[in-house]
Amino acid sequence: MNTTAQVLEKNKERILEKWMQNQLSDASLRDDLMTSDELQRQSKEMLDGLLRAVSKGNHDNIYDTEFEQVTDTLRDISITRARQGFSPRETGTYVLSLKQALIEVLVEQRQDDTSTLYMEIMQLNTLLDNLSIVTFETFIKGREEVILRQTDEISEISTPVIRVWDGILALPIIGTLDSARTQIVMENLLQEIVNTGSNIAILDISGVPAVDSLVAQHLIKTVSATRLMGAECIISGIRAEIAQTIVHLGIDLSNIKTKASLASALQLAFSMTNLEVRRNDKNKGLNIMR
Amino acid sequence: MEIVREQDVVPFRNRVREFSTRIGMSLVNQTKLITAASELVRNMLKYASGGKVILEIISHNAKTGVRLTFKDEGPGIADIALAMRDGFSTGRSLGLGLPGAKRLVNEFDLKSNPGEGTTVTVIHWKHGR
Amino acid sequence: MERIPILKMGPFLLVTIQIDLYDRLALTLENDLINMVSQTGARGVLIDISAVSIVDSFMGRILGNIASMSRIMDAETVVVGMQPAVAITLVELGLTLQGVHTALNVEKGMELLNTKLIGNLEQDEEEEEDQNDRND
Repeated sequence: MNTTAQVLEKNKERILEKWMQNQLSDASLRDDLMTSDELQRQSKEMLDGLLRAVSKGNHDNIYDTEFEQVTDTLRDISITRARQGFSPRETGTYVLSLKQALIEVLVEQRQDDTSTLYMEIMQLNTLLDNLSIVTFETFIKGREEVILRQTDEISEISTPVIRVWDGILALPIIGTLDSARTQIVMENLLQEIVNTGSNIAILDISGVPAVDSLVAQHLIKTVSATRLMGAECIISGIRAEIAQTIVHLGIDLSNIKTKASLASALQLAFSMTNLEVRRNDKNKGLNIMR
Repeated sequence: MEIVREQDVVPFRNRVREFSTRIGMSLVNQTKLITAASELVRNMLKYASGGKVILEIISHNAKTGVRLTFKDEGPGIADIALAMRDGFSTGRSLGLGLPGAKRLVNEFDLKSNPGEGTTVTVIHWKHGR
Repeated sequence: MERIPILKMGPFLLVTIQIDLYDRLALTLENDLINMVSQTGARGVLIDISAVSIVDSFMGRILGNIASMSRIMDAETVVVGMQPAVAITLVELGLTLQGVHTALNVEKGMELLNTKLIGNLEQDEEEEEDQNDRND
């Protein structure tokens, strides 16, 4: 009697054909994202690997070395699909339709021996279920990578450092300040201080929805780091409710220069650098006198 | 890598820098890791007159990082909670070494038995989180 | 043995640290510098750490010590050119270098020392004020 592996090997072409059929008949298949030629190539590679592993007598432990190639290919496929924007259903169907094809072929070949058929189907079931778990794990990992990259991009964009005057920088913070963001804010700010040789940095928090003790600590850290570099830091844009929470929480900001608005912070910065802003009577413009 | 003399510290730091550069860690995160490593190595030299450091690159859940294991056979730490407190020192220093190092890295683990030595393991991920 | 050179510039001393210090070298520097201050009667000490990539708690303590010791001998200490990554790390470490003045570069540090010196001459004893007045 032939072993499962031999039966499958003999009918490889048929399995592949059936598998392709299953995949292509799926109405949700996105032929805009992948040509059927490429699909065929991918599927063949996958099936070859799988049959080779099964022929070594391993039916259940997909973490063994025999399956390394199969899981690698599978991971490859699902991660590419995740990046290309395939849906989980499409990616899952890929493995599950293989199971369908394998079982169909086995049923054809083992019509006379139901007990062996039963055992074989059981084994294949477990095997392919495990493989589909791998697929999903990898698929989700791929999506998570996309999310992580976007998070990085968002924090990158959301912390612009503006040079408002010669030697004065401003940094408007919009949104919640968590530790990861504080890190980026600090890095950008300090680097900009070095690049421009600025003495004063204004941190405007009008766009920060709430200040709790953690956020306050992040602010204090930023101010301390700025001071270590040899520049002064002013925090502006402190709204009434933020002032209230700060006092209620007992956060000590007395070591830090704080101003209600960016305008008054700028004024303070001017006086710290001995600059004076005057109204010019003739043309009503601003005139800066040293 | 064996650390027995004070002069070993600078080459050791360079090795840590090498490892963290290899995985593409940003400058700030490199600096944090090296500073923490420097604190821990100093402790090892000072209290246990040297020991061993294992440097490894690890990856876990799509994150890559550097793991450093500091192993010494010194007197050990009797009260770990106390040693981890800011400003506590038995050696007339600032007492920032252990707690400071912990704040600088992503993962920190300290095992010590009095008389048997101390093992400190730290992990810092590429993106610092 | 290796030593860090100390330059005298008018009433000030200038130290540029170009290499990563190990502990003994840092201690030697502390010693040399304080001796220099007392020998020359310098009124200010500028320490340029722009080439230093790592400042740990020991190094931080040395900087603090130099500042406090110089102050007793009537000299102000300014640490200049700290790298952003170093500043962030020090803050995370919990070390804010209390009592040490800072400036962005040697030029600004020199300016700061000059203003301090004039201030010191005007009102003989200048209490250790918050470093904020550097821009006044």
